[in-house]
Amino acid sequence: MTTQATDSAPRVGRPTRAGYRGTKVRRQRVRAAWLFLTPMLVALALVAGWPLLRTFYFSLTDASLSDTAGATFIGLENYLVHDDGAWYGLLTDPVWWTSVWNTFFFSVVSVSLEVVFGIIVALLLNAEFRGRMLVRAAVLIPWAIPTIVSAKMWAWMLNDQFGILNHLLMALGLIDAPLAWTADASLSMWAVIMVDVWKTIPFVALLVLAALQMLPRDCYEAAEVDGIHPVKVFFRVTLPLITPALLVAVIFRLLDALRVFDVIYVLTSNSTSTMTMSIYARQQLVEFQDVGYGSAASTLLFLIIALAVVIYLYLGRRQLGVDQ
Amino acid sequence: MNQYQLIKLAKRVGLYALIAVVLVYAVFPFYYAVITSLKPSGELFRVDFWLSSLDFGNYAQIFTQKSFVRAILNSIVVSLSVVAIALLLGITASYALGRVRFRGRTTVMLTILGVSMFPQVAVLSGLFEVIRALNLYNNPGGLILSYTIFTLPFTVWVLTTFMRQLPMELEEAAIMDGATPWVTITKVFLPLMWPAMATTGLLAFIAAWNEFLFALTFTLTDDQRTVPVAIALISGGSQHELPWGPIMAASVTVTVPLVVLVMIFQRRIVSGLTAGAVKG
Repeated sequence: MTTQATDSAPRVGRPTRAGYRGTKVRRQRVRAAWLFLTPMLVALALVAGWPLLRTFYFSLTDASLSDTAGATFIGLENYLVHDDGAWYGLLTDPVWWTSVWNTFFFSVVSVSLEVVFGIIVALLLNAEFRGRMLVRAAVLIPWAIPTIVSAKMWAWMLNDQFGILNHLLMALGLIDAPLAWTADASLSMWAVIMVDVWKTIPFVALLVLAALQMLPRDCYEAAEVDGIHPVKVFFRVTLPLITPALLVAVIFRLLDALRVFDVIYVLTSNSTSTMTMSIYARQQLVEFQDVGYGSAASTLLFLIIALAVVIYLYLGRRQLGVDQ
Repeated sequence: MNQYQLIKLAKRVGLYALIAVVLVYAVFPFYYAVITSLKPSGELFRVDFWLSSLDFGNYAQIFTQKSFVRAILNSIVVSLSVVAIALLLGITASYALGRVRFRGRTTVMLTILGVSMFPQVAVLSGLFEVIRALNLYNNPGGLILSYTIFTLPFTVWVLTTFMRQLPMELEEAAIMDGATPWVTITKVFLPLMWPAMATTGLLAFIAAWNEFLFALTFTLTDDQRTVPVAIALISGGSQHELPWGPIMAASVTVTVPLVVLVMIFQRRIVSGLTAGAVKG
């Protein structure tokens, strides 16, 4: 970009970097740039930076929701404390560890399913057929539906007495008695995954489709001439070429899945069998009014996601384009 | 030759069958919600695949409920304000990030990317305190403020990618004519950025319209709620007697505008989503 600028702009001048930086226009532009960035940076500091620091701080206090100002510092007691011969705190709470496990289980299973089905749908949409645009628009519908609404719609379809899913499964003879999808502890996680997968396949499919459409045609023509089986072509040519886009989609989805809240809150509310870290933290914060303890849970969730982001930045540096 | 044609036909049939399966899978839940919402309450618990009669009773019921109408208005106000703020702050910031080379640009971009990946619950307690300090608790203002955490980073990111693609000559001509950066943005770039702004604005609108966690936590009374919260909190006599008819009617009501928007702006949305992720 900058080389373009210096090549075609004699006024700004090619010379050295220092000379370029020194011009009046240049200085004016940099000053304006910071001026333009300030409102956005202030807004982000107000809604993200400062609240995050406060959450970190609250996690080291005994703050309660009604009185956050009067909190006293208690060190790491919310996380772990040895008292009277026993350990207490977040790290000893089995419910917390259940929610950590649930979060990872949910994330890995739903993202894997979304990627597999997303690729299939993308390949399908990439094929030539009549009404393709219409089908593509229809496939986007689940993505556009608010999470709360999709959770409610599925809750109705999964209703144990009157739900259409039980009705269909019984009509097909697959089950003898209606299943309590959202109440049964062994089924509810799968119900949640089912809804999440339904809602987010379009997102993955679209990203994969965009990558598919940028693939060079000659590879495929060559493969066809050589008579190579399409399945082999997919695994040897297509898959390696769309891997960068796939990686981006996976990380985006994974970060979303790790902080999942809405679907689960509506489908199964605070049930332990589907409780995730976000649900756990909010329950402590808002329902039990224990801001200190809840903030400790939030902080751990943040650290886990931060770790994932660091890995993402490391892996995805090439795609980001922030470093010239 | 005949066998070859047969295989080709079989492949074609298979493709269309698969497309039909995907279509039914994608559309059926919404279709079923529409059907349920148009049933009289007596037929609600009979499973039907088609509609035998039209009954708008459920819609009448939710629209005569003051709190639901109020929730729709709240959602519209909040979402539109969020879009306006995100675009205003986003367009200036993206000019700085997309067109000017300065020290610290990479850091700012990484910060924005980092914020866009924040788990909302991680800022919940801190943000709760900020909102209460600003006297915005149980007020759409608090939601407008808090929603910038996820709309702003995304808007800046996508607008920056679009801003970078604009030709350099335009800006040079403006600089030659002695235009200040502000004039360059408003007079030169803004007219060219409309498509990109429509895309990001639409995505920000959908995100704000659908948000749940903040809306649930930062509002208290029925008249301040947004629609997702209003729908989630519709309840009947007991936990097992949810009024499914009105719930589906409300769900369809808040979803139809989004589905229409998505159908109309399908290409734009796709380009916005992929610009944010693939090209980003």
